[in-house]
Amino acid sequence: MKSATEMLAADDRQVRYRAFDVCSFREDFPILARQVHGKPLIYLDNAATSQKPQVVIDTIQRYYTEENANIHRGAYYLSEQATQAYEDARVKVQHFLHARSEREIIFTRGVTEAINLVAHCYGRKTLNAGDEIIISAMEHHSNIVPWQIICEEKGAILRVVPIDDAGEFLLDEFEKLLNPRTKLVAVTHVSNALGTITPVRQIIDMAHHRHIPVLIDGAQAVPHFKVDVQELDCEFYGFSGHKLYGPTGIGIFYGKAELLEAMPPYQGGGDMIRSVTFEKTLYAPIPSKFEAGTPHIEGGIGLGAAIDYLEGIGMEAINAYEQELLAYAMNAVGAIPGVRIFGTAREKAGVISFSLEGVHPHDIATILDQEGIAIRTGHHCAQPVMERFGVPAMARASLAFYNTKSEIDALVAGIHKVKEVFD
Amino acid sequence: MSDLRELYQDLIIDHSKRPRNFKVLETADRKLEGYNPLCGDKVTVFLELEDDRVKNVSFQGSGCAISTASASVMTESVKGKTLAEVEALFDVFHQMVTGKPPAAGNAPELGKLAVFSGVSEFPARVKCATLAWHTLHAALQGAGDPVSTE
Repeated sequence: MKSATEMLAADDRQVRYRAFDVCSFREDFPILARQVHGKPLIYLDNAATSQKPQVVIDTIQRYYTEENANIHRGAYYLSEQATQAYEDARVKVQHFLHARSEREIIFTRGVTEAINLVAHCYGRKTLNAGDEIIISAMEHHSNIVPWQIICEEKGAILRVVPIDDAGEFLLDEFEKLLNPRTKLVAVTHVSNALGTITPVRQIIDMAHHRHIPVLIDGAQAVPHFKVDVQELDCEFYGFSGHKLYGPTGIGIFYGKAELLEAMPPYQGGGDMIRSVTFEKTLYAPIPSKFEAGTPHIEGGIGLGAAIDYLEGIGMEAINAYEQELLAYAMNAVGAIPGVRIFGTAREKAGVISFSLEGVHPHDIATILDQEGIAIRTGHHCAQPVMERFGVPAMARASLAFYNTKSEIDALVAGIHKVKEVFD
Repeated sequence: MSDLRELYQDLIIDHSKRPRNFKVLETADRKLEGYNPLCGDKVTVFLELEDDRVKNVSFQGSGCAISTASASVMTESVKGKTLAEVEALFDVFHQMVTGKPPAAGNAPELGKLAVFSGVSEFPARVKCATLAWHTLHAALQGAGDPVSTE
């Protein structure tokens, strides 16, 4: 039986879900007020990049207006202030991912750089000829190509876990691929093309059972639900700030401290050293060891502001609202005659990929654009997924918590208009 | 809707659904692939030349309505023309879809190709309209590498 406290907490959550005031959240995003081709903008390309709330824009502007100085070096007030703001952002990310220590949070350009960092620093050190890396069939190119590069260099082999027709990750096939030569598992948390939430807990458990480290690409996960890296127990996790309502050019690489400490540095330069002589250079401790050069300071601070903003709303509330909107959109779009939905996994986040019989996705996007509706078309940087489903391209609507059911209705009306044009 | 109808004219819809000369040309003496990596459009142009003239031309591939119709109308437009005439036609077509003013002088008649004039209002679609043409152009130049729009 639940305690009274638990029940009260559940009631409180219910009230907050019901009170999810999407109209007021929309006002936080100035771009959502603009028009495109004379129609209100309906932005459904959030998996590509999300829009930015005013508080993120203001934070960046304030940084340049009032706080700009290089960090970690100047012995003066302004530099101290900028350093503090940047390091505060690191702590915000640490709490957001529930990492043990802020030392485990490394700022990168995005998840692409995080994965390349692991391939470069961890892969290069640990891989030998004949070793294997396992990825899945629904990876973004950024979680395929870095592994191909390092595999080619090392004579290692890339193994791919297949997916089924619904876009589900096949755990039994994964089990078959695990073997003593497996040195790393690198899988996406949420597929950018299909929306599938992969069974990361089981994947990590199965890999750990054989003492194999796991990297999770969280680019499409962190904007939609709470991620706890300690609970997942993955060795590496990465995400991009611009998909999390923050600025472009900033991302996060999380790694367990003991692995990071054992890894060689990524790039050489300022800020990543303890001392330099021509005979011997000593590297700085983590996280600085992986952060050579002046970083994207306002990007980090802007990302911190985005995290503050999201936590003010609550990731649970965001997830509950988005799940309802996703179910609504899947039903509404799927009910249109001639529409085929790609990606019908039991657990999904944020993505509706589809095709329309007799119409190329590119034409769908052009016609929807005339209605002010922005969707993505093409291969979504996941060509193997296109191949798996036998199509050259897909149309994709992807959701954020500022999208509404009436916007989904407009998308459906837009798709009917596409059919009219091609009738 | 007016801009859309300007882009998706009946002739374009017709050619996209029933592309002409959409086949492998067994007698081709040149064959070249074109590729638009951004949207995944692919086209293969087959060319049979006789002296200085396009005796026969066909294409295959997959793409959006604009790229398929453009390839289809292109094959109809260049058949029987000399290489110089084809290049001159491509110049005029290219100027039209990129929204540049037509060059002065005696430019060739566009004929059916004029239905693609609406493309200039849709910058994201210019490459769809020119993919087959770039591929044809490269094939005529005798290039061996596949053409990419990037």
